[in-house]
Amino acid sequence: MDMQVAKKKLSLKEKYKLLTRDLGWDTTYHTKDEVFPYVQYEGIKIHDWDKWEDPFRLTMDSYWKYQAEKERKFYAIIDAHAQNNGHLHITDARYLSALKIFLQAISPGEYAAGKGFARMGREFPGVGTQVACQMQSIDEIRHAQTQIHALSNYNKFYNGFHAFADARDRMWYCTLPRSFFDDALSSGPFEFMIAIGFSFEYVLTNLLFVPFMSGAAYNGDMATVTFGFSAQSDEARHMTLGLECIKFMLEQDPANLPIVQGWIDKWFWRGFRLLGVVGTMMDYMLPKRVMSWREAWNIYGVENGGALFRDLARYGIRPPKGWDDAEKGIDHMSHQFMLALYQYNFGTAFHSWIPSEDEMVWLSKKYPDTFDKYYRPRWAHLSKLKAAGTPFANMGLAKLCQTCQIPTVFTEPDDPTSLCQRETEYKGEKYHFCSDGCQHIFENEPEKYIQAWLPMQQLFQAPINGDLGAWMNWVSLIPGKDNGDFDGSEDERNFAAWRQQATSNQ
Amino acid sequence: MSTVFIALQANEDTRPIIDAIVQDNPTAIVNRQPAMVKIDVPGSMTIKRETIEEHIGRAYDLQELQINLITLSGNVDEDEDSFTLRWNS
Repeated sequence: MDMQVAKKKLSLKEKYKLLTRDLGWDTTYHTKDEVFPYVQYEGIKIHDWDKWEDPFRLTMDSYWKYQAEKERKFYAIIDAHAQNNGHLHITDARYLSALKIFLQAISPGEYAAGKGFARMGREFPGVGTQVACQMQSIDEIRHAQTQIHALSNYNKFYNGFHAFADARDRMWYCTLPRSFFDDALSSGPFEFMIAIGFSFEYVLTNLLFVPFMSGAAYNGDMATVTFGFSAQSDEARHMTLGLECIKFMLEQDPANLPIVQGWIDKWFWRGFRLLGVVGTMMDYMLPKRVMSWREAWNIYGVENGGALFRDLARYGIRPPKGWDDAEKGIDHMSHQFMLALYQYNFGTAFHSWIPSEDEMVWLSKKYPDTFDKYYRPRWAHLSKLKAAGTPFANMGLAKLCQTCQIPTVFTEPDDPTSLCQRETEYKGEKYHFCSDGCQHIFENEPEKYIQAWLPMQQLFQAPINGDLGAWMNWVSLIPGKDNGDFDGSEDERNFAAWRQQATSNQ
Repeated sequence: MSTVFIALQANEDTRPIIDAIVQDNPTAIVNRQPAMVKIDVPGSMTIKRETIEEHIGRAYDLQELQINLITLSGNVDEDEDSFTLRWNS
């Protein structure tokens, strides 16, 4: 790019002031409390909204200019990808499963974040905050659109991409991110900022977008790396907004500290559970691996999260309550999740598989303390069953955690041989949880979480009434095409046949 | 000391920018990964408009960094002459 730089008439600080704060006004027909009715009830005290400033000092005129440039770059590459049979350049069609999960489970989350920030842009009284939230809202809508556009090229050729919107609403593994965003969207504005702006953007998106997208590049997927990095260029701004918001709340009034700390504890744990999927994509679904989930966690969780919490310690903030339990789970979670996906793969709109010997060697090198001891024997057992013509399918219904909605497949933090299960009785009903973290979240706000829509319970209600075929129809899953083992799938056959055609004249 | 970082897409636009960052931050460690470059600096990092301009041979607006930026860490402070990342711990 060779962008023309206009001669500056105003300094960046002056321009920012004129194009944000100077656009605000004091209301006269209605009181400020009537115009901004939701900023009081969470208990956060703000004395001077003008103290909030976007450190990038980005104004709408520059925002449009740079976003337009990002879109031009993005669509140039997406066109090239479509015109040059880009879908045949990926390393291995197994990789498509990661994209299917991304489209079904993550892109709708971008859209939900867009709705949330549009609301925050209206609900916060500070003009700087309003402008930054509006930009972020437009960014998130852009992310959902560019992801859907980029992946629509794969939908022309492969199964499992066609019904991501139905999957978002109804598919059991999609309710995990959906419940995360619904929980945030039904919170007050300050909690939403901690949930999405801070926990999700600052602590977690690096793990979602950076090593995974670099992995997409490594696996020859030009389309995904392009939407990923294009989105992540906005995330850098979002993270900064999240960090500024948290500092702003803490600097405005010391009484805000315990409320903010409670939200950090809650949303770190909710986000960490969500990342189980990402860890699985990194360790199992990238045929060519860049780094393991453990290595990514060391860089972006331990090192970067550690730096962040040391920085915030001056306000009295401590690392989130679930931090130690998270660290104990890192070497186990991707394996436990992939084993769960494999045994329920009749009910997933993507394929899973038993890792090859070569991949198991990689996994045992990356997880020297856990893989050979706990997980290789299970994969070996599953291989044996498959070779005998009796592949294992778990036809029982998984018990779901009432908070994060993941089947309770994770183990005790200090004992990887026993499943972690917790139970709380509330108003005569029993509720199940996957961890102490999720149980605490429920117990703080039981009236919120008893309303959770749980996909397993839905199976027994109309219109499904316990019928698996009716359920597949209802979630738009085409059996024999979208689901099951990758080995023997239509995607596997088509990819091999088309790649063969692309390199011969037959 | 905590480390700040910035990650940029690996492309022709960012090559001279990375050189400029390394020049202004002698303790920088450059990690080249597929499609991206991550630059770590202990404590704080300053990116200067003037140094980038020397490398690219034209006027540069630091907000152009947005286009190729992947991620960063640390408290941000930006004005027309410099872009700083810093941990206060």
